Amino acid sequence: MAGARHEGLTRVLPPVWLVYLIGFVPAVAYFTLGIMDRLGADPQNVLERALGLWALRFLVAGLAVTPLRRSFGLNLVRYRRAIGLLAFWYACLHLTVYLVLDQGLDGAAIWADILKRPYITVGMAAFTLLVPLAATSNAFSIRRLGAGWNRLHKLVYPAALLAALHFLMLVKAWPPEPLIYLALVAALLAYRIVEPRLRKPGARGRAAQAR
Amino acid sequence: MLIGRTQDIAPSEITPKQAWLDRRRFLGAAGGLGAGLILGHGAGAAPLSAAPSAFSTDEPKTPKEDVTSYNNFYEFGTGKSDPKANAGALTTSPWSIKVDGLVNKPGEYALEDILKGVSLEERVYRMRCVEGWSMVIPWIGFPLSEIAKRAEPQGSAKYVRFETLVRPAEMSGQRSILPILDWPYVEGLRMDEAMHPLTILATGLYGETLPNQNGAPVRLVVPWKYGFKGIKSIVRISFVEAQPRTSWMISSPREYGFFANVNPAVDHPRWSQKTERRIGEGGIFVKRRETLPFNGYADQVASLYSGMDLKTFF
Repeated sequence: MAGARHEGLTRVLPPVWLVYLIGFVPAVAYFTLGIMDRLGADPQNVLERALGLWALRFLVAGLAVTPLRRSFGLNLVRYRRAIGLLAFWYACLHLTVYLVLDQGLDGAAIWADILKRPYITVGMAAFTLLVPLAATSNAFSIRRLGAGWNRLHKLVYPAALLAALHFLMLVKAWPPEPLIYLALVAALLAYRIVEPRLRKPGARGRAAQAR
Repeated sequence: MLIGRTQDIAPSEITPKQAWLDRRRFLGAAGGLGAGLILGHGAGAAPLSAAPSAFSTDEPKTPKEDVTSYNNFYEFGTGKSDPKANAGALTTSPWSIKVDGLVNKPGEYALEDILKGVSLEERVYRMRCVEGWSMVIPWIGFPLSEIAKRAEPQGSAKYVRFETLVRPAEMSGQRSILPILDWPYVEGLRMDEAMHPLTILATGLYGETLPNQNGAPVRLVVPWKYGFKGIKSIVRISFVEAQPRTSWMISSPREYGFFANVNPAVDHPRWSQKTERRIGEGGIFVKRRETLPFNGYADQVASLYSGMDLKTFF
């Protein structure tokens, strides 16, 4: 019964290429508005942050795929590679804007930033973790790496956590947005720890009692 | 000396205050705005005339649109566009400033009474935000020392402490469930900094009364310090003996010091202060410019800090 419902849902789900197409709309929009100087008073900062924020959004979306399938029966696994690669490409664009537009490819200043600025260090670490994931997001690597592929792709957990931390570390005081993203990432990671335990019969009984 | 401004005749004495008010009221009414706006029951700006000042820079001014739409005023939210979106709710008239502490003449000073006794000047100042961006803003205001002249601080007063209005009903950021900052927003200056001729209380910008998002009706401007020292919508000025604990020092003492002088040699713990982006200059291709010690006002103010280790007293 439930299975039939999900099959029906899967049939109406849009093709994967549409996710890529829609996924790149924000980047095209921000670059276009930026070149037209329509991004407000501090356009470079707006562009840099928007691209970073979209990278984080796609990371969160990618982490949501498993909980949606396991706990809500909504299977979006076929989009997961697209979502993950979008996160990587947005991180690339974000990094490029920082390196080229913001820092003007000043090697010394950039290196000093990476070493001395914890939020840059954290951001660079997050990006570095995404590189092997993007490089192995293809059928060939999945076949070649076998079980190792799954283990390797657990790197998205620390990457997402570092990305959310990177956002929180560059703001003053405690504005809500970075806190919300950090909470989302933390919740999605906590799900990975909690959910398997709830699946054990004993634990399930206790959880039901607690409810 | 027929042309120059003289010390003993203030322009406000030449033109009776009521005439100014009537003129502004007339202009406001003629513009279809109604006198209510002029009396401050909204965010409407009224024209404000001021004498030019030798302290002004001739650098290109940041467009008014940017100055009035890209703001940090956490009482109205933490986003840069929040103040413009939310500050319209603030009532700025009547407005008075409580002047207290170690002074001979404490009291509740009506802003319009203070303004009767001062001559307004236009000061085009650089403004460097601690976040790494900067603007050039044509403020209109008067030296903060005018307040001291009225209140007569005693010899024991070593610092000046400022407070922003707390009015959650009109200030959406103060209603935030997440604690943003400790309200009221508190700032402070050492007595010599407060009395420095560059230090002004601003009541306008770009030839008009201050928009609410820029700190209406009266705010502090200290051009050699990071922008957060420029406390907005001031309701209290206290002359005190001990160094005030400012909101940012309470929020993050490691990152924000009492002095907060613009200094490219002392980085914020999380980011560099060596360079800045000048707002309104070059769009997404804007090139960072070098940040100057004391924001380029070293000739006028560096002597205030001689012998002090500015890395310790950041």
